[in-house]
Amino acid sequence: MQHTAIADQIEEDLHDPHSFVTRYIWSQDHKVIAIQYSITAVFVGLVALVLSGLMRLQLGFPDTFDFIDPSAYLQFVTMHGMIMVIYLLTALLLGGFGNYLIPLMVGARDMVFPYLNMLSFWTYLLSVIVLLASFFVPGGPTGAGWTLYPPQAILQGTPGYDWGIILMLASLAIFIVAFTMGGLNYVTTVLQARTHGLTLMRMPLTIWGIFTATVLGLLAFPALLVSAIMMMLDKVIGTSFFMPALVSLGESLDYTGGSPILFQHLFWFFGHPEVYIVALPAFGMVSDVIATHARKNIFGYRMMVWAIVAIGGLSFVVWAHHMYVSGMHPAFGFFFATTTLIIAVPTALKVYNWVLTLWRGNIHLTVPMLFAIGFIFTFTHGGLTGLFLGNVTIDLPLSDTYFVVAHFHMVMGVSPIMVLFAAIYHWFPLVSGKQLHVGLGKAHFWFTFLGTYAIYLPMHYLGFLGVPRRYFAMGGTDFIPESAQALNASITLAALIVGLSQLIFIYNVIRTLRKGEPAGHNPWGATSLEWQTPDVPPRHGNWGPELPVVHRWAYDFSVPGAERDFIPQNEPEGKGAEG
Amino acid sequence: MKPAEPLVTSDYTEPGVSGMVRDWGADKQAFDMPWGKLMMWIFLLSDTFIFSIFLTGYMNVRLSATDTWPPASEIFALTVGGVYLPLLLIAIMTFILITSSGTMAMAVNYAYRGDRRRTVILMIATAVLGASFVGLQAFEWSKLIHDGVRPWGNPWGAAQFGSTFFMITGFHGLHVSAGVIYLAIIARKVARGDYEKKGYAIVEITGLYWHFVDLVWVFIFAFFYLW
Ligand code: HEM
Ligand SMILES: [Cu+2]
Repeated sequence: MQHTAIADQIEEDLHDPHSFVTRYIWSQDHKVIAIQYSITAVFVGLVALVLSGLMRLQLGFPDTFDFIDPSAYLQFVTMHGMIMVIYLLTALLLGGFGNYLIPLMVGARDMVFPYLNMLSFWTYLLSVIVLLASFFVPGGPTGAGWTLYPPQAILQGTPGYDWGIILMLASLAIFIVAFTMGGLNYVTTVLQARTHGLTLMRMPLTIWGIFTATVLGLLAFPALLVSAIMMMLDKVIGTSFFMPALVSLGESLDYTGGSPILFQHLFWFFGHPEVYIVALPAFGMVSDVIATHARKNIFGYRMMVWAIVAIGGLSFVVWAHHMYVSGMHPAFGFFFATTTLIIAVPTALKVYNWVLTLWRGNIHLTVPMLFAIGFIFTFTHGGLTGLFLGNVTIDLPLSDTYFVVAHFHMVMGVSPIMVLFAAIYHWFPLVSGKQLHVGLGKAHFWFTFLGTYAIYLPMHYLGFLGVPRRYFAMGGTDFIPESAQALNASITLAALIVGLSQLIFIYNVIRTLRKGEPAGHNPWGATSLEWQTPDVPPRHGNWGPELPVVHRWAYDFSVPGAERDFIPQNEPEGKGAEG
Repeated sequence: MKPAEPLVTSDYTEPGVSGMVRDWGADKQAFDMPWGKLMMWIFLLSDTFIFSIFLTGYMNVRLSATDTWPPASEIFALTVGGVYLPLLLIAIMTFILITSSGTMAMAVNYAYRGDRRRTVILMIATAVLGASFVGLQAFEWSKLIHDGVRPWGNPWGAAQFGSTFFMITGFHGLHVSAGVIYLAIIARKVARGDYEKKGYAIVEITGLYWHFVDLVWVFIFAFFYLW
């Protein structure tokens, strides 16, 4: 490829780091950065998990826990939601897996600009610190809900309306800067630094998913950044972008003439693509896990690629389906319901293709495969309820009830988490050189999979009963039968079990790192490049003296006539079989 | 990185969409440009979204504001020696910025020709023009503040006039200031001869950013001063 001028820069930068500090702390190696990202994300994720446990305790056993008052509950809801969506899933999928897998899967030595990549992680860490700092400021973190709707987000009466919201907005802005630095790297690396022979249509779907999600992020986060800036100005210096004239606690405030609906538009212009920023990498990774563990080529590769791209494009024109109850013009409701239903088509195609890949495959029920199959269930499930909510007339009564909570947890909470676990079990042997314990892994899977159903299936029913979302307790709501409380208690039990069962996973990881079996080279018999490195785990620079050369796509499994049931991408034509 | 014959060739001759897809999917870099330049393009695309959303937000609050919108052309007018001159200051600022795009383009040209001295001079000239733009903007801000315009209100009508004005021109001004610093750093490195080996694409990359900032100004100008 031309332009070795700039390409050479990277070889210069790649001089081997020698001290501990340059190797593991101020590291510019994409693999180390990936691990730094992942550990930080999992750490805040655990905070969010604990918060969800606290919320469930309150909902399941009201009047039992004195330290959870209504304000604290709202703060838990908000921090839980925001951390899960942004600081855990986005950071882990793109900063963690994106960083680790992109250079390896495209056959590059590193990201195109390693230094920027390093800055991205440190900026992300700063955003996490600012976010967590809000637990310790006067008034505590914001309780505005993860959607941060004004005017209430910055008005007295909402917990954390002072410091909490300011730190939240600052943290989001910092996160966006971090994401942009990383994201520019991911996109450029995929477009420009693929190794010889790796055409776009030979890339593993993992890369397609991560790539498209990153593009979405680069175009969607601007809306969040702008709304964060505007709300910050409203809060700190008293502008009225989002604030109408209003009376608060009997006093009329200085705000005049702003538009709260504008915020909703901006937020969801970011918020809906955000769902796909989380989903598309998961779609990609699960495709590769399914193909590898079913020993079969992915069904309809081209269709899968186009579906990813189509979903990415469409995700920018559906945002107002989150705003059906905002009083918008029925014609807009009709438009956004239509686009929402259209986006279901490529999504459904992907589900069919996963199932068809399994069809007559040589299915190995390994732990990654179990999680991948679990994902197909949870995602189909969440997708189907999405079709209901996409229709204005059905959404109106269900909006802001537990039906919505159940829907989005199935589709963007549990499903990406399932894929993340599949991916961790799948790639762990590459990252650490050791194989996670299978029995523990299976126990972890069944607790998690069945447990999430025990949590979220009943929530749909609560939603039909009209149990509202973000409520601390159901006082004075006569239309909700007593029995709903019993259901809530059982959900809480399930949630606690699921939460605790994650300890199995943590134990498994620690145990394996300390005394796990060596996994050996390419234990799953995978075809894609990351498994073909000379060393496992891959070393700095990934490929030894020569970059790999790619001769085929990533899905040559069970090719008739080949010696093995897989042909690595870098195996020359003719050597294995007619590929 | 040794150049070699592509393993999968693209079919440039095939017309239409499938030819385009084939070409893009061929065994090569997706865009025929250095990594840094592509990265700058993508960054600018993202930044375009930021500015578009700022301007969309501005249009939205302007249309939905409950008070009347202040008479922009009168507020931005200058009286020099007793003569009333609407848009004078802003015309000068725009002229300066567009001139700086010209000097920048020349710098890129000289850089590729390997004329380091002229490149540096032109880049410094660009930076100086940029800095004077920021200076004039500071002057404009202080005049408006003197006249009573604040982000949270003004004597003539909708408070959002001041809010959007200070926010958007401020955000743009930060871009220009960052650009001035960026230009100064790169100019210094060019002067030191840091790029003799790597080539001078970096000057073009800096130029892309600079032209972008100018282009954005044209939109801000149109939306704030002419509407
Ligand atoms: C065991 C796992 C989880 C449990 C038990 C759980 C539980 C809850 C509960 C009780 C609420 C508050 C409902 C309300 O009062 O309105 C909630 C809200 C939420 N959760 Fe989870 N959650 C879990 C995992 C996740 C994950 C993985 C995500 C990632 C997307 C997520 C995203 C959210 C969001 C976005 C909200 C809405 C916050 C808001 O209303 O502002 N949750 N969750
Ligand atoms: Cu949506």
